[in-house]
Amino acid sequence: MSTEQSYAPGEHPDMAPPSTEVGIIGWVRHNLFSSTTNIVITVLTMYFLYIIIPPMLNWLFLDAVFVADSRDDCRAIARAAGEELGACWAFIGKRFEIFVYGFYPVEERWRVNISFIMMLAALVPVLFDNVPYRKHALWFSLIAPFVIGWLLIGGMGLTPVSTDKFGGFMLTLTIGVTGIVGSLPIGIALALGRQSHMPALRMVCVAFIEFIRGVPLITLLFVASTMLNYFLPPGTTFDLLLRVLIMVTLFSSAYIAEVIRGGLQAIPKGQIEAADSMGLKYWQSMRLIILPQALKISIPGIVNTFIGLYKDTTLVIIIGLFDPLGMGRASLADTKWQGLSTEIYVFVAIFFFVSCFSMARYSLYLEKKLHTGH
Amino acid sequence: MKLFKTLAVSAAVALASTSGVATAGTLQDVKARGELNCVVTTGVAGFGAPNDAGRWEGFDVDFCRATAAAVLGDPNKVKFVPTTGKTRFTVLNSGEGDLLYRNTTITMSRDADLKLTFLGVNYYDGQGFMVPKALGVTSAKQLDGASICIQTGTTTELNLADYFRANNMSYEPVTIETNEEGQVNYLAGRCDVYTTDASGLASTRSSFDNPNAHIILPEIISKEPLGPAVRQGDDEWADVARWVLNMLIEAEEFGVTQGNVKGHAAKAGDNPSINRMVGTEGDFGSMIGLDKQWAVRALSAVGNYGEIFERNIGVNTPLGLARGLNAQWTEGGILYSPPLR
Repeated sequence: MSTEQSYAPGEHPDMAPPSTEVGIIGWVRHNLFSSTTNIVITVLTMYFLYIIIPPMLNWLFLDAVFVADSRDDCRAIARAAGEELGACWAFIGKRFEIFVYGFYPVEERWRVNISFIMMLAALVPVLFDNVPYRKHALWFSLIAPFVIGWLLIGGMGLTPVSTDKFGGFMLTLTIGVTGIVGSLPIGIALALGRQSHMPALRMVCVAFIEFIRGVPLITLLFVASTMLNYFLPPGTTFDLLLRVLIMVTLFSSAYIAEVIRGGLQAIPKGQIEAADSMGLKYWQSMRLIILPQALKISIPGIVNTFIGLYKDTTLVIIIGLFDPLGMGRASLADTKWQGLSTEIYVFVAIFFFVSCFSMARYSLYLEKKLHTGH
Repeated sequence: MKLFKTLAVSAAVALASTSGVATAGTLQDVKARGELNCVVTTGVAGFGAPNDAGRWEGFDVDFCRATAAAVLGDPNKVKFVPTTGKTRFTVLNSGEGDLLYRNTTITMSRDADLKLTFLGVNYYDGQGFMVPKALGVTSAKQLDGASICIQTGTTTELNLADYFRANNMSYEPVTIETNEEGQVNYLAGRCDVYTTDASGLASTRSSFDNPNAHIILPEIISKEPLGPAVRQGDDEWADVARWVLNMLIEAEEFGVTQGNVKGHAAKAGDNPSINRMVGTEGDFGSMIGLDKQWAVRALSAVGNYGEIFERNIGVNTPLGLARGLNAQWTEGGILYSPPLR
């Protein structure tokens, strides 16, 4: 220990922190190896990653075959290259179009593309409020669903395409987006109806919500697809996809109603009384005071319901519509590609993860934006 | 007032147009619609599945196309209604489909209790067992206590229970929904044995990375005559679909193929059976509400029974099924179509 000081008192120079406390080493020491428990957990995790990741990378990319005409072809290519047999992505590649468009006629698929772009364009002003010319853009968002419907179904100058040709991602998006857009207003109305002071209205809303929540979606879909024909006069045809859209919308609106009711009940009674004392009518107080607060609280629940709804669209296979998962399973029955189920499930999982994760991120963004509390 | 009138008129028109369709039989419905609603599977290898371009292909699918060609003149005027094993009969009976071609075993209860009319057999199948060779099992009698992958809602489920009860053995069922699911479960070792129709086992095994590591046991424990069905109570429509099937089988017997049918139809030949089929003698089409060219259209669209078989499930396809029981009666099989006369 030196007793000599080479600097004046009070002039102590800033010294660099010890190298073990900063940078990567510091981070690792603090976060991964700070205690015996952490060391054990870290080592075990590393070991598992070491076991899992290299084979996964091999399967996903290194040994994978991207261009081939059949599964045998995939095997032959892998064998020729002297590799283990990895994923046969050629399967997805060859079938990518029917995964996206389903059975939609090839020469009309541009209509689906335009609809998709329009849908994105219509969603932007609805979802974000800092868009330039938002007021005008919202008019576009209002008209867009009708134009999209016309584009997809046809008629009035376009070749009609029957809805049983819908499939793949476009079917998921059609059902998911329609269900989400339709169920929010209906859900709000139901939630308000359930809190209403008018007994008849309240009972109707309660009965509807409880009935829908008491029955599994798959049952409702099955009723919509086949049982309905027993009740309707024979020969009446009522578009299958329309029935599904109605059922899915009603189903999720019942759940949304309950989520929003939770939000409504969290608003202190004083808020309503304050609104009343200001002389606001029912709708005014709802629109200006109650709903903005209730909806803000309900955002996580609402988005949760939407994500559930979006994933539930895979149930339409039961009534003979092919969503990506159904299309994937049907594809596995093609003798050329039989047995490649892992590829299909990975592919479909990625699609659903991207969709649902975006919804979750948007809900976080919205929560942050609306966070005006203390 | 004017609005009221318009509404009333349009309602009347709508009512008239729906009831007009409703009173006619299925044949008239199909003709008026210009499309045959064919109930098929959501995917069984070789029997029905969409191909890379999204077009339906397969053994059962070709029979649907043949029927559409005979009735509507175009094998592409078919709307395929995919169903699972559980929903197929409901879909047919509710009127969502006109004709069922979906690997369906003909049984008494389905015929009588479920109110179906079966039209004949297009594939004779039987239930078998597949096990990994490594298990060392050589007979189904050694399967006591095994866990078995079995599709729900099928006759195979019932056969399995019967077989094990009759032989005083026990098993642990692992229920699955589709053949594809069975394949995955079996390969992952979640069941020791996979049981389904022998055709299904052969196709499943053909898709394995190492088919030789699995054996199909010699026991066939059931009769599975697979055939098409329609709703009970519309005999006229049943006749149409039945005779399209019979005609395709008989066409093979007499050597009428996709390639030569146009030639046969051009002028009457020496064989009266062929002449009756292609409409150069008699008018058999009109007996079932069609025209003389019905068979020619169906045959030029998909070919005869043998051609349909070889194209979709025959020895040169990945399924590699031999004709076996499904050969013509003249060639050692049991395909025996009633004569078109």
